[in-house]
Amino acid sequence: MSEYLVNIQHERLSFFTPAGEVKALNDVTIQMREGEVLGIVGESGSGKSVTAYSIMGLTAENGKIVGGSVEFNGHRIDQMTEKEMRKIRGKEVSIIFQDPMTSLNPVYTIGNQIGEAIRLHTDKKGDEVRKRTIALLQLVGINEPEKRIKQYPHELSGGMRQRIVIAMALACQPKLLIADEPTTALDVTIQAQILELMDDLKEVMNMGIIMITHDLGVVASMCDHIAVMYAGEIVEYGTTDDIFYHPRHEYTKGLIRSIPKFYEEAYERLVPIEGQPVDLLNPPKGCPFAPRCDSCMKICLSRKPERTEFSDEHYARCWLNEKAQFEEEAKGR
Amino acid sequence: MSGNKNLLEVTDLKQYFPVAGSRAVVHAVDGVSLTIKKGETFGLVGESGCGKTTTGRSILRLTEPTAGKIVYDGEVLFDSETKQKEDMLPYRRKMQIVFQDPYASLDPRMTVGDIVGEPMDIHKLYDTKEDRRARIIELLEHVGLNSEHANRFPHEFSGGQRQRVGIARALAVDPEFIVCDEPVSALDVSIQAQVVNMFEDLQKEMGLTYLFIAHDLSIVNHISDRIGVMYLGHLVEVAESEELIFHSAHPYTRSLISAVPIADPKIARESKRIILEGDVPSPVNPPSGCPFRTRCPYADEACAAQMPELKEIAPGHQAACIHLDKVS
Repeated sequence: MSEYLVNIQHERLSFFTPAGEVKALNDVTIQMREGEVLGIVGESGSGKSVTAYSIMGLTAENGKIVGGSVEFNGHRIDQMTEKEMRKIRGKEVSIIFQDPMTSLNPVYTIGNQIGEAIRLHTDKKGDEVRKRTIALLQLVGINEPEKRIKQYPHELSGGMRQRIVIAMALACQPKLLIADEPTTALDVTIQAQILELMDDLKEVMNMGIIMITHDLGVVASMCDHIAVMYAGEIVEYGTTDDIFYHPRHEYTKGLIRSIPKFYEEAYERLVPIEGQPVDLLNPPKGCPFAPRCDSCMKICLSRKPERTEFSDEHYARCWLNEKAQFEEEAKGR
Repeated sequence: MSGNKNLLEVTDLKQYFPVAGSRAVVHAVDGVSLTIKKGETFGLVGESGCGKTTTGRSILRLTEPTAGKIVYDGEVLFDSETKQKEDMLPYRRKMQIVFQDPYASLDPRMTVGDIVGEPMDIHKLYDTKEDRRARIIELLEHVGLNSEHANRFPHEFSGGQRQRVGIARALAVDPEFIVCDEPVSALDVSIQAQVVNMFEDLQKEMGLTYLFIAHDLSIVNHISDRIGVMYLGHLVEVAESEELIFHSAHPYTRSLISAVPIADPKIARESKRIILEGDVPSPVNPPSGCPFRTRCPYADEACAAQMPELKEIAPGHQAACIHLDKVS
C-alpha cells in the first residue's frame, strides 16, 4: 500500500457526447495523505467534481477514464468492477452533495435512510442500527434524535437536511469524505454552522476531506492544501498559504483579485478576469488559460506548460515561471 | 453620490401572500421603510426567505403590495391609506429590474435583439426599424456584446453573457432606477467581477440609482453606498456600508458579518464565527415582538412584547433592537 490515501496519477477522463469528445480531465495528478483536507477550487466545468467523483467510481455513463491511474486506500479504482466499488462506497469513502433537498429520498424516513448505510456495510441489526443512527445524529448536532428518525426529509430545514446527509456519510467512519459544494445551497449563517461541524468532525474521526467549492472563502479557513483547476487541469497546487499569499499562476492570481476584500478601508475597483470560460469541446492548443491571460506570451498559445515546482508541496503550470527560472539561471552564470 | 434628493421613499411596505388551502398568510415583507437617494446604490442583504426580493418586486408593483406607501421622484405611486394606485406603465420607463437567473429570465424563443427591443416596442420609443435596430446594437455594445449577437438566441450564450443581455434589456428604456435582484449570484466568480464593474460603470455614465439585492455581503458591501439588513420581513439595521461592516450594532448583523467566509487564511483562522443556533422561523407564524429573538443570544421577555422600532443610533445609522447597550 502506498503512503497516500488518494493517489491519482496523470488521470485523463473524457465524456463522449454527440457533439464530440469532451476532455473533462487532462493529466490530473493528486496525492493526499490520511486525515488531510484538500480543497479543489475552480469555475463550473473546470473538472473539480469530475476529479473527486472518479475516486468513487461515479462517472456518468458516457464518461471514461482514458489514461492514468486512480488509487484510493490501496484500491485501483480505475480497474474495479461496479460490484467491487459498491463495497467501498459509503464504507471507505462517502460523499456529500451540494443540494440537501435532492440528495435525500422523500419517501423514506431519516432513520431508514441512515440505517441503510449501516445495514449494508456492517453486521449490525435491529436495535443496534437504531442506536448507531441516534448516536450519529447526536454527533452532527441534531437535537431530539429519537423523534427525528421517524421524520421525513420535507419536515426538516435545509441546514438540518445537510446535517442528516453528513450523518449518513459518516455512518461507517469513512477514511475519506468528499464534500461537493456542501454549503453553496445554504444561507451564510447556516453555512457557518455546517463548516464548523465539518471542522470538528475531521478532528474526531481523523478522516480526510476533499472540499470542492468555487468559494475561496470556504477553503481559506478549512483546507491544508488547495488545488486550483482550470479547463480540466490542475494549474496550481500548494498549501493554503502558498495559494493565497504566493500564487504563481495567473489564473489563481486573477481569482484572488476578482473577489471583493471584505474589510476594505477604501474602495478598490475589482479586477475581473476578462473573457469567457473555456469551451471544452474545442480547448485551446497551448495553455488553456492563455486566451484570458493578461501576460500571455507566444509560447503559451502553442505549447502546454509543464509543472514548475517551487517546493515539495507547491507547483504551477505557467510559462511565466519557466521564464523567470531561466532568467534567474542566466543571471547566475 | 450626486445630490441629496430622495428618489424613492417607501413607507411601511407590507406584502402578504395567502397560503393555498388555509387561512394563513406568509408575512413576506412586514413593514419595511426605506429611502434611496438619487444616484445612490442601496444594498439589501439577508438570508433566503427574508423578503429582500419581494421588497424589490413590491416597490416596482410587480406584485401588488398589501399595504404601505411608495413615492417615486415626488410622485405617489401607491398608497394603501388613500387607496391611490397609479398606472405603472409610464413609470416602467423609469424603473427597471434585472433578474437573478439569466437562464430563466430570457425567452428562449426570442432572439437577443428582440429581447432588448421589446421594451422599446411597448413604450413606442422608435418610429423606424432602422432607429430601433441601431439602438439595440448600441445597447449590446454598451454591455460588452456586439452587433453580431443580436440575431442569436439565449441558449447560445454563457451565464455572464446572458446577464449582460438582461442588463441591456433593462437599459433599453433609458431608466433612472434599477432593481438589481441578485444579478451576480448565478455567475462564476471570475465573471461576477466583470458584471459588478459593469454595473458601476453604467451608474457613473448614466447617473443610475440602484436597489442592489444580494445574499453575499461582500459583494453588497463592495457596490453599495448604504446597506439595509433584512430578517424575516423586517429591516433590522440600516447604515452606510463602511459603518455597517465596522460598527454593526444589531446582533443579527453581527452574526451575519462574522459568518462571511473570508478569503484570507490568516484572518480566517483567527476570526471567531458567531454561530447562531437553529433556523429562521417560518414567516407564516413569525414570533411575537422582535423577529430575531428566537435565535438571539441577548433575547429576554421584553423582546417578545413588541417589535422594536428602527431607531437612529448614530448619524445615518439605524438599528431595531431594544438591547443595543448589552450587545458586545
